[in-house]
Amino acid sequence: MTALAWLIPAALSLGALGLTGFLWTLRSGQYDDLEGAAWRALDDDPADPKPR
Amino acid sequence: MARTLNVVPFPAPTKSAASRPVPVRGRTLLFRVDNMHCGGCLRTVEQALAAVPGVASARANLSTRRVTVVTEGSNPGNTEPLLDALRKAGYAAAELGDDGLADGPSDHELVKRLAVAGFASANIMLLSVAVWAGRSGQEMDPSLQTLMHWLSALIAVPAVAYAGTPFFSSAIASLRARSINMDVPISLGVVLATGMSLYQTMQSSEQVYFDAAVSLLFFLLIGRVLDQRMRRQATSAAENLLGLVSPATTIINPDGTSQRVATRTVTPGMRLLIAAGERVPVDARLAHGAAEVDESLISGETVPRKVSEGEPLYCGTVNLTGPVEAIATACEDNTLLAEIGRLMQAAEQARGHYVRLADRAARLYAPAVHILGLVTYIGWIWTGHGWQPALTAAIAVLIITCPCALALAVPAVQVAAVGRLFKHGVIVKVPDGLERLAEVNTVIFDKTGTLTVGEPRLEDPASHDDATLLLAASLAAASRHPYSRAVMRACADRGLTAVPAQEVEEISGSGLRAVAGGQTIKLGSAAFCGADAGAGARPTLWLRRGSDTPVAFHFHDPLRADAADVSRRLRGLGYEVELLSGDRTAIVEEAARACGIDRWEAEVRPDRKVARIEELARAGRKVLMVGDGLNDAPALAAGHASMAPASATDITQTSADAVFQGARLAPLIETLAVAKAARRAAEANFAIAIAYNIAFVPLAMMGVVTPLIAAIAMSASSISVTANAIWLGHRRLKDAS
Repeated sequence: MTALAWLIPAALSLGALGLTGFLWTLRSGQYDDLEGAAWRALDDDPADPKPR
Repeated sequence: MARTLNVVPFPAPTKSAASRPVPVRGRTLLFRVDNMHCGGCLRTVEQALAAVPGVASARANLSTRRVTVVTEGSNPGNTEPLLDALRKAGYAAAELGDDGLADGPSDHELVKRLAVAGFASANIMLLSVAVWAGRSGQEMDPSLQTLMHWLSALIAVPAVAYAGTPFFSSAIASLRARSINMDVPISLGVVLATGMSLYQTMQSSEQVYFDAAVSLLFFLLIGRVLDQRMRRQATSAAENLLGLVSPATTIINPDGTSQRVATRTVTPGMRLLIAAGERVPVDARLAHGAAEVDESLISGETVPRKVSEGEPLYCGTVNLTGPVEAIATACEDNTLLAEIGRLMQAAEQARGHYVRLADRAARLYAPAVHILGLVTYIGWIWTGHGWQPALTAAIAVLIITCPCALALAVPAVQVAAVGRLFKHGVIVKVPDGLERLAEVNTVIFDKTGTLTVGEPRLEDPASHDDATLLLAASLAAASRHPYSRAVMRACADRGLTAVPAQEVEEISGSGLRAVAGGQTIKLGSAAFCGADAGAGARPTLWLRRGSDTPVAFHFHDPLRADAADVSRRLRGLGYEVELLSGDRTAIVEEAARACGIDRWEAEVRPDRKVARIEELARAGRKVLMVGDGLNDAPALAAGHASMAPASATDITQTSADAVFQGARLAPLIETLAVAKAARRAAEANFAIAIAYNIAFVPLAMMGVVTPLIAAIAMSASSISVTANAIWLGHRRLKDAS
């Protein structure tokens, strides 16, 4: 039974980690252009024409 | 006060700005670029823009077909070089007014709630599984079971409060308006289930439904997110179209200087400078000289009209020849364009009575659910049970009947169908457009630009030798006139490259003139070239070198390659096909015969088109109007459903339910087939959802639904409904190409 004392918090915090991760990706705009991002991955020219 | 354009310090609509540092100074401009389709386009567009001096960064978004450009410093708001760079790269672009930038952060609000509901339901489900397993196998310590329930409550209560807000507020708003929408039974079910479970947890009882309440919200939110995504896609398509109405205008001040101002600040009496190729921003009259304008927006015809001094220029038409000065006569709401807009709105109101499938279902469903819950409660009290088991049974009924699959049924299907059509180059702009397209049984075509390609082509190009064509093209290269473009095109089709002549002079309303090899070369109207126009009003351009005999180039507007095939297949599928055109009888008759269309009318005015559609509607036909000119816009709005080619004018596209891209008409058949399949799938989904209810509601009313059964029934129905929708996106359709 004592295993539950750390298993449950561990499970919950892992889940919470996943949730925060998802919210972060959402906020940083990673789902704004799914179609474009798929193509950008194929673009093997690393040089950005104008580095910011 | 004249507000200069482009001073738009706005939160970039692509949130990627947050992960990439954006220069603090400088301006952010937004363009729509239509024909961006792949990664190659993405790169070409970004590089073309980045190469323009003064551009700090350019980022294209393939999903929304928009490009965000950040300029260095605060350059004057002239966007011509940017548009020019895109044009040279082969992309038709338009600047979007700042109204189009209003994508708020609210798009993500629902997704966040969905994520929280997903997290909560997964974790509560884990705890619940432990409880269920403990109950069926070895005895679980009651205190441990209560601990699990308390943990679930700890997660569920805040999650329900956060994730359920959209439903609660919608339900409250609905009740305030003294009506019941789908959100009322949802809210009631969720709140009662959570409250009752909390009470049972305090009593250390077994009837705890936290998992059901939270996963219910999770599935419902999926439906909401899908629905919202579709609406957003529709509105952004509409915004893109509206953006084309020129947001900036060049005015000439009394002191002779010129200035770019926002179009909405232009007042009658102002002097305007309209560059070649620019749209006339407001109704105006020509101040002096002559011009040729492309009035296809108004009349639907491709042959340009000559305008001389003092004659009116209508808002939205395109100036084809050199820059002209004009005096504004009517602005904003008083323009002819606005007038046509009002005609359209009037026609659209009739369509406003259409009730979406989901709403029709909700109207029947919501009262039924409440009555069932009430009957259960009364039945249990009647049979001598206390209020507590009666309430538990009633809540079980509410949970089981909660329209989770029902709320998913339509959005999931629509998203799958819209996604499928998008891949075929069809953009569905109106959420309920698909439902109306599915009911269509009559198709009415416009001719110019719909059955035909809508731009003049050189007739019988083989009759001209290479040298003549090249000479004509060397002048034509300097002009935007559709006939000049047709000459260039004929040249390119033959694999010839025209060398643009030096110092081509464009005489507004007449033609082009250049001097080469000591000879004057003219390309233009019969009078301009001193030719005898002869009989017949065939669109013709004349070429004359020095004092040689003028050579005639005739033009025509050919049918789309698959126009005849599509009209034949439509008739084969049982649709009635008609042709209504504003063009001359002889031309319309020829087109109708070529397409095998028996019923056709020529020389019809916009109001006659509307009248014909209403006539058919009274006879019980559901009309799909397909058209491209502004003159078709009222007819498009009057039709039960409407489609327009992407080459159509902005207003027309705005009033159409769906817009198809490319040179072919075949997407029309695909659209109708997908719309029908989508309706069948939505109906199948309703059947699935109702079947689950029929199976489980009696159990719930008898009070034998345990939390386990509730959770399984709900998830299973939601998943089967979604699976059915996904299948629609991939399977082969019988009717489609």
